[in-house]
This record gives sequence, C-alpha cells and structure tokens, in this order.
Amino acid sequence: MEVSRPASVTAVPAKLIVENVSKRFASSRAAVQALDNVSLTVTEGEFVCLIGPSGCGKSTLLDIMAGLTMPDTGRVLADGKLVQGPGRQRLVMFQESALFPWLDVFGNVMFGLKLRPDLTRTERRDIADHFLKLVGLEKFKHSHVHELSGGMKQRVALARALAPDPQVLLMDEPFAALDALTRDQLYDDIQRIWMESRKTIVFVTHNVREAVCLGDRIVLMSPSPGRIRQIFDIPLPRPRDINSPELAGHASKIATALKGTVTEAFSE
Amino acid sequence: MRRFASALLFFAVLVGLWELAVRSGRWSVVLLPSPIFVAEFIWGALLDGTLLESTWVTLKRLLIGYAAGVLIGMPLGLLTSTSQVFEDTLGSLALGFQTLPSVCWIPLALVWFGQTEGAMLFVVIMGTVWSVIIATDHGARNIPPIYARAARTMGSEGFHKWTRVILPASLPFLVSGMKQGWAFAWRSLMAAEIYVTILTGFGLGHLLHYGRELNAMDQVIGIMIVIVVIGLLVDRLLFSPWERFLHRRWGTNVKEA
Repeated sequence: MEVSRPASVTAVPAKLIVENVSKRFASSRAAVQALDNVSLTVTEGEFVCLIGPSGCGKSTLLDIMAGLTMPDTGRVLADGKLVQGPGRQRLVMFQESALFPWLDVFGNVMFGLKLRPDLTRTERRDIADHFLKLVGLEKFKHSHVHELSGGMKQRVALARALAPDPQVLLMDEPFAALDALTRDQLYDDIQRIWMESRKTIVFVTHNVREAVCLGDRIVLMSPSPGRIRQIFDIPLPRPRDINSPELAGHASKIATALKGTVTEAFSE
Repeated sequence: MRRFASALLFFAVLVGLWELAVRSGRWSVVLLPSPIFVAEFIWGALLDGTLLESTWVTLKRLLIGYAAGVLIGMPLGLLTSTSQVFEDTLGSLALGFQTLPSVCWIPLALVWFGQTEGAMLFVVIMGTVWSVIIATDHGARNIPPIYARAARTMGSEGFHKWTRVILPASLPFLVSGMKQGWAFAWRSLMAAEIYVTILTGFGLGHLLHYGRELNAMDQVIGIMIVIVVIGLLVDRLLFSPWERFLHRRWGTNVKEA
C-alpha cells in the first residue's frame, strides 16, 4: 500500500484509510472536482485536522469518511472494513447545530442511544446523564433547544455524538459559528474529553490556530481540484493553550502555506 | 383574563351595532332579524334537541371524512416528497384537484353513491385529501437536510427515520396542513349538506337549507353562528395544543416579554 506521507508510520493500527478517493459534483451550470485522488490514513486515537480554503473538498472528504457521500472512485476503510454507508461507529458533529427541535436536550442525547439495542433503559439514561455532565449541561437537561446559546447547542451536539460511544468522531467546523470566548472554552473541553476518551477524531476547520491547538497532525488541502497539499505534525504537549507563543509559531508556518494554496487557486 | 374581556367587549359591541341596525328600521325584519330572535331560535333548538342532533350528525360525518382524508393523504404526501415518479404523477394530480372547489364533487358523488352517507363522505374526503397531500409533501421537503444526515449517522434509517425524524421535523408544516385540510373538509361538508338532501341524517347544512326554504332568517343566521362557533371550538381543542407545543419547542411566536 502506498504511504504518501512522511511521518508517523508506526505500529498503531490504522482506524480510517482513505484510498485514492475522487469525487466530482456536476450541476447544469458547472462541474467541480471536489476531490482528486486523495489518500490519507488516520491511526487509532489520533486527532487529525483537515484545513484548507473553501472549496478544497475538506467537508466532502469528511462526508465520505462518514459514509454520507459515496466517492466516484476509490474507497474508505474503517477498521479494515469497506464503508458503504453511515454507521454509528463514525458519528458526525455538524457546523450548524443539527439538534432536533422537537426533542429537549436530554431527548437529543438519548436519540443515538435508543438506537443501541444492547443497552437497557437505565443504562441509556445513565450514559446520557454522564455525557451531559461531561459537557457541563446537566442543569439544562429538560431545556428546549431554542433556549440554548450557540455554544451550549454545540456542547449538546458533542454530548449527543459521544454518547453512543463511536470509535471515530467526525467534526465538520463545529465551532465556526461561535464567538471567540466560547470557542476558547470549547477547545479546553474537547482536549480534555479527547485525552480521557482517546477517540479517533477528524476535525474540519478553516481556522489555523484552532487546527494547531487541537490536532496531532494537520492535513492541508488545496482547492480545484481538491487535493492534499502538505501534512504537518504538531508535537506540542497537551493540553494546549490557543494563545501560547509556540502554538503561534506553528500556526504562522501553516498559515503561510495555506495562503499559498489560495493565491495559486486564484491565479489559475 | 384581560384578553377574554377585550374579546367579550368586541363581540358585545358587534351585537349592539346589529341591534341598532335592526331598530333603525331601514331593513325589513324578515331579512334582518334582531339578535334577540336569533338567540331565541338557538335556545329553542337547543331545548328541543334538533340542534344537538344535527350537530352530532354533521360532526360525525366531518370527523370520519377528515380522519380518512388525513390517513390517506399523509402517506401519499410523504411518497410524493421522496419519489420523482410520484411527484410528477400523484403530485400533479393532487395539485390539480386541490384547485377544484369541493362543491364540484357533489354531482359526481350523487350519481355514484345516490343520496347516501357514502356521498357525503366522498365529498369530504375529496375536499380534504388533496390539500393534506400537498401540505405533507411541502412539509417533508422543507426539513433542513442536516436533520436527516445527523439521524443517519446515528444509525437511524428507513421506518425509524421516517417516524422519528422526518415526521416530527415536518410537524410545523403538517399542523398547518392539517388545519387547512380541516377547513376544506368543513367547507365541503357544508356544501354537500346544503345541496344534498339525504334521509339518513339531518345535519347543520340541512337546517340552513330549510331555513332559507321557510324564509326563516333567524334560523339561517342562528345556524351560521353555530357553525362559526364549532369551527372556533375545534381550532381551540384540536389544533391549539399542537401549535402551543410547536411554539414551545421551536421557540416561534414569542411575542410576550
């Protein structure tokens, strides 16, 4: 098998393998090569950030990993098995809150749990309570979705995604719509949760600092056609503070590379 | 309480104006009876049982026809919202028939079913089902796709997805569709009862019709008021709880602060 990246070829088993994936979107007005022959391996327990300018196909790649979109060519393997559709081993947390307004906060966290026949009623309730507590919203258990702030909604969405105990968490710009203060708080939370649970996380963002703060590796993508441009390892210790100077150093390096992909795309 | 008082005042003034218009003597009392006579008619009809009996006959037809219309219309609406083939065929049919005033079904119903309950039900169902199909279709189409995507990643597919995600997500549209369906059912039944005399039951529409035949304007206006009151009551009892639930959960219609 081809290994196109230089670093971290270790003994840790691969959780997600993306092999030569291409995807083209054609409408009557235009055709876009969203992904062109993309290969990527995510190892177990790794936190990988996909970053790139809009139109680089990072969200499409995440959708394909989730099984929500099928690639034109190539394939995705999760735990060595071919991904043929969505499954609760790979839960997605979306940018806008995809919480269900007809359920209260608790009902939303319970939604995925109810689809697990292996749990009893009490177990489900206990798990939902546990994750609401983990994101600090146990007091809002019976609140309606519209009563929550943007940050609280995304916390509920995080609890909902974690509760059914997926192996992989796919996050599609989950904090993009939040204010900076709320985001900083969530970076701490997500790092804490990740260190405790050691889930494999793929995190899509267009915010360089966010990526450096969270990721073990940062996959830089370039648009039209969507390709992987460069992969950065971030060996900083955790928990990381988004405002630390070391983090800023990494960020500026990646930001320069990111800028390169944008200017190239425009000059083409 | 304050809202109730202002509503009461409004209607009192309305009835007062009506009584003034009668007293002015500009219109014949045969054409415009005093509200007192109308009230007397309603009271009399209540006491001798005709009003309750015909209200029951009418409501029974309405509820059966409406329930059938909703039960048929909802699955068909879901079908047209998901399948291109059904959208092009059944969807266009529903759109066409929805524009047909339900009175137009009466001649057909009479020929097919004769002067029977079947004709009544047929007209009510035809009045309801098309608008329910269109409302359901519209509702299912307007669900943010992200709900279905989120549900699918959590393992919700097929029947579970339809009943636990698509239907509740389209509830705001469904409820307004049901309400519209109800209004159509009510209208078509009244039209049917006014035009079709049948022997199996004397509904409110019939009372209205015979009121005209007998030139009894107090009866005509009295029955009209009863029909309006029933419409309001049904709205309060059947739909308001749903709408309150929606407003509470979706956070819409927040005007008090």
